[in-house]
Amino acid sequence: MSPSVASRIAARDGFVAHVGRRSLETARALADVGTWGPLLVGQMRRLGVDSVPIALFIAVFTGIVLSLLSSYIFTGTVPLYFVGALVGKTVMMELGPVLTGMALAGRVGASIAAEIGTMKVTEQVDALETLAYDRNSYLVVPRVLAATLMFPVVTAFAMAVGVAAGWVTAINLLDLSTPEFLKGLKQFYRFKDIWFGLVKSASFGGAVALMGCLRGLDAKAGAEGVGLSTTRAVVLGCEAILVLDAFWALVLL
Amino acid sequence: MIVLDRLTKSFGAKQVLRGVSLEVPDGQNTVIIGASGVGKSVTLKLIVGLIEPDAGAVLVDGAVVHELDRRALAELRGRIGYVFQFAALFDSMTVAENIRLGLVKRGYDEGVIRERVEESLAVVELPGLEDKYPAELSGGMRKRVGIARAIALKPRYILYDEPTTGLDPVTSAVMDQLMIRTRDLGVTGLVVTHDMRSAFSVGDRIAMLYEGSIRQVGTVTEIQATEDPVVRQFIEGRPGSPAPAPAWRFE
Repeated sequence: MSPSVASRIAARDGFVAHVGRRSLETARALADVGTWGPLLVGQMRRLGVDSVPIALFIAVFTGIVLSLLSSYIFTGTVPLYFVGALVGKTVMMELGPVLTGMALAGRVGASIAAEIGTMKVTEQVDALETLAYDRNSYLVVPRVLAATLMFPVVTAFAMAVGVAAGWVTAINLLDLSTPEFLKGLKQFYRFKDIWFGLVKSASFGGAVALMGCLRGLDAKAGAEGVGLSTTRAVVLGCEAILVLDAFWALVLL
Repeated sequence: MIVLDRLTKSFGAKQVLRGVSLEVPDGQNTVIIGASGVGKSVTLKLIVGLIEPDAGAVLVDGAVVHELDRRALAELRGRIGYVFQFAALFDSMTVAENIRLGLVKRGYDEGVIRERVEESLAVVELPGLEDKYPAELSGGMRKRVGIARAIALKPRYILYDEPTTGLDPVTSAVMDQLMIRTRDLGVTGLVVTHDMRSAFSVGDRIAMLYEGSIRQVGTVTEIQATEDPVVRQFIEGRPGSPAPAPAWRFE
């Protein structure tokens, strides 16, 4: 193994240990309800409610594309009502949670890393500590909890809108009626499809927020340092989503 | 009393502190002077446990700071106010919310909190600014709000990190008056600065940090009369190398 590859692996190992350590500190800070409790609702609104428009925008176009794409694949080979099945299954189990997660990794992960990173380099994090606040209780826990709770809510809206967009596309642009679309949707639907997607999105939310917080708290001085932390938070958030996606597929399917 | 006992601290290959020992007597303003990057701010951060020493210890009221558990450290920080170099006000909060934050953590009721906010803003001569955001204030006003945030907790000690840096002479003099007034209220002050006018004005004792250790400690008069060429050069602000230092060091 070349020295550069070895050093990169060592650095990655160090980062994994760092994430583990920070996660433990965050878990310990959960007991400090008096600090994070009052901040939770504000973060839920900021990270969740304010993210609904972007999630719905993505869901609409995902539904449209899936409908058109499945029609293209099925025409002449499979009955066209399978469009409903494919749109439903794909939006609920995969594209709804993953694409919403990716979009929120950009919006939420970047916003958290930039905010905490700026606080770090301007000594606001130190100031918090000198006022006897624990940085994990005040900054990390409310954000991670809010994202874990709100990503599934946002994803649920995205699922509904994605399927609706697929249905509207199917009845307007394809040779398909509403009963046919619903037939396909119902025939292969299982309740697990929804909760599988929602459980995944909760884990995506926690991971994205945690990466944002970690990178923010590790920000080095200066605008460049904050920018770098923000970029890393988004990249790590997206990587975490893909790894967790595979993990849940292995564990739950 | 705060005691620094043979503190050493490195960041990577750079050793910043090499055995700093200093006593900060109660009820006085002690000033640490020294060139930029010599470790003055690091010393303050060691005192409140924001960083840990590689060796040596900080003792506050007899307790070794780096050995305190989370709860004891939070309790200790309740006794120490910290005024940051660039104020470090929370920019998403108003002035009043900045000052309230530490009081809320200590569980004071709303009436006491409101009273303390008004009182501390009056001490720094900034009444009526409760609803302003830090971005709407000048640098000097932000630093005074930083002091208000620290004194609102009625601490036993206040640590000032470069309180006059970047301020105009008049605002610097106002800051000096505030530090003197705070000391007169019975609060022990530890000021780090390289502003000699301010150091002579607010200090009861002055210590010079040089190459990672304390070069000289003394009263203002003793420091002004020093024969140590390094200290002399610094307080006179002369460029170039100091004249050869004697082998002995003041204590």
